Amino acid sequence: MPEEGTLVGEHFISGDVACAEGAIAAGCRFFAGYPITPATEIAERMAERLPKVGGVFVQMEDEIASMAAILGASWAGVKSMTATSGPGFSLMMENLGLGIMLETPCVVVNVQRAGPSTGLPTLVGQGDMMQARWGSHGVYEIIALSAASPQELFDVTITAFNLSEKYRTPVLIMTDEAVGHMTERVVIPPPEEIRLVSRRRPNVPPDRYWPFAVDEDLVPPMAIAGEGYRFHVTGLTHDERGYPMTVAAAQVRYVQRLIDKIRRNVDDIVIVEEEGTEDAEVIVVSYGISARVSLLPIRQARAEGLKVGLLKLVTVWPFPEKRVRELAGQVRALVVPEINAGQIALEVERCAAGRAATILVPHLGGDIIHPDAILEAIREGARGGTYA
Amino acid sequence: MPEMDRLDRIEQRLLSEACHWVPPQEVARELETGERHPFDALLREDRIPHIWCPGCGLGTALSCFLSALTQTEFELDKVCVVSGIGCAGRVAGYVRLDSFHTTHGRAIPFATGLKLANPELKVVVFSGDGDLIAIGGNHFIHAARRNLDITVICVNNLNYGMTGGQVAPTTPIAARTSTTPYGNYEPPFNLPYLAAASGAIYVARWTTLHVRQLEHTLIEALGKRGFSFVEVISPCPTLYGRSNRLGSGLDMMRYYREKSIVRHAADPREADLYFGGPILVGTFVNLDRPSYLEFRDWLWRETHYGQRREAVLEKLRPADREGEP
Repeated sequence: MPEEGTLVGEHFISGDVACAEGAIAAGCRFFAGYPITPATEIAERMAERLPKVGGVFVQMEDEIASMAAILGASWAGVKSMTATSGPGFSLMMENLGLGIMLETPCVVVNVQRAGPSTGLPTLVGQGDMMQARWGSHGVYEIIALSAASPQELFDVTITAFNLSEKYRTPVLIMTDEAVGHMTERVVIPPPEEIRLVSRRRPNVPPDRYWPFAVDEDLVPPMAIAGEGYRFHVTGLTHDERGYPMTVAAAQVRYVQRLIDKIRRNVDDIVIVEEEGTEDAEVIVVSYGISARVSLLPIRQARAEGLKVGLLKLVTVWPFPEKRVRELAGQVRALVVPEINAGQIALEVERCAAGRAATILVPHLGGDIIHPDAILEAIREGARGGTYA
Repeated sequence: MPEMDRLDRIEQRLLSEACHWVPPQEVARELETGERHPFDALLREDRIPHIWCPGCGLGTALSCFLSALTQTEFELDKVCVVSGIGCAGRVAGYVRLDSFHTTHGRAIPFATGLKLANPELKVVVFSGDGDLIAIGGNHFIHAARRNLDITVICVNNLNYGMTGGQVAPTTPIAARTSTTPYGNYEPPFNLPYLAAASGAIYVARWTTLHVRQLEHTLIEALGKRGFSFVEVISPCPTLYGRSNRLGSGLDMMRYYREKSIVRHAADPREADLYFGGPILVGTFVNLDRPSYLEFRDWLWRETHYGQRREAVLEKLRPADREGEP
């Protein structure tokens, strides 16, 4: 018998609701958030569901507080999440950095809308992809995932929690309004079929525990508050004991590890999905709703006899550099449709390094990219065209 | 002038209260070589010397907190200290407890997550006036409104110390700071009034001269269920003191002794601070209303067991907030 409150089977739900259910299935038991279109439904679902599974929902006074609260909850030993959209995402940036510095597992969902500023609150955008990578100050690596359907959003939310627990770092889910508000069939597997990862806990007595002492896998075991470890953590650059060490040498010695724990594990973190890339001459590289929109023009182009494939980025950050480099060596062009003025296209172009053309299909948001624009770019790529 | 006579009488009482304190023997006597200080177990000796300036009141405030803590029944392993940024923000780094040095202004929401995710924890926010009331002001009023089950200790040195003595939302009118070189013209917050108006169930203020009272107050504050707030007026001789020719830390103690007026249950509206003026101290608010967790757990339980919502609402009619200590 599944635990009370566990949801399984087929459901007709929106992406936002699927995200909330994915979090609950992943063991998330703390949600702090602030209402914002188009992410509000995640908070509403969590408010209804968490008390029934022994979890805690709290609506905070703003997104700064929401981000801080999920870090606090994580240090109390509970898997935690917040969800927002562009304006709130901007407010979360400082404490996202705290999460990275304190190596705090948690998940932040950004249901992207069109910006800048208040922009188009109810309409789709993908303009926060570079903010996801660089939005908090300082030097760091980040994990960000994306999803192209409610089912994928459910699945990817579980993956996000697993990665955050495994690597002790905040993980971003960069979905978008179109996916968040799309209502479709979502299959929730029984709990025993869902693989869950939990943070490593210290196996030494408190007097020998240092919060940031690592072994070969670069991710230190995490004590939680109230267990007698009497640890100290700080957002200042710190040593293995968690004590401030505010000198240049400490950056090299301790902050480098925060970067390395992601960079040295890219093969484990990077997830991409491919379709028809084996013999492709043009590959569409995309993510989120734009990857889904690309399916139609790809089919149309194949009907025209063009050899086209799709590289869908499930992991956006760290950027799937290795695979894009490989593919750039075998194709004429990489077509990048995204609902912004060119963000992930810059990464694709960097990795292609001139071996294949990178053709951006930009769109400023408000609606999804017209499939014809992608089809045109595919044809252009097949003709040997260059960066649009 | 009868008012002045009254103030004089109050000052006389203050002098007898503040200055006739005999420190507990086990703390005050000199330690034998190799002997441990009673607070050693609560301090991170390996982080000493601390960064605080000579004459600063933070050490006193911290000592009072530790002393209060040892006089409570709380399991120390369950006590968490959360600080923001600034001189007072460094407190978290010196206590041998689970402690968090977070971002500027965000100690309270971080503490909110800690407490709500594990209500067994005793969560104390220890930070400064700029951190809690300027950049963190929104979180402060909302935590008080929620009657969140935490204790907030605000060491108020009337300026930003860590960054070199800039004007704060607590700086008295006319006081000089590095960003008000011609005197401050912004009215400051009255912190006890702000806390009380926002919903805190326990509000007290002392200066770092009043160690015994502060200790007692902290014991009381830690024991409350709900949002308890303690303001500790502290000297900053290096910056605020120097900019305003207030002398050394000791001179500031003399000032506190001369100017403090102990008035428990005083209306917090009267607790405004003026440059060179009296300092109203005491426990201003001490009442009970359901804390965030009590409220929430009760409502959840009641509604989940299908009781009529009206019955719940009837029970939750606002508690009498006129109650005084």
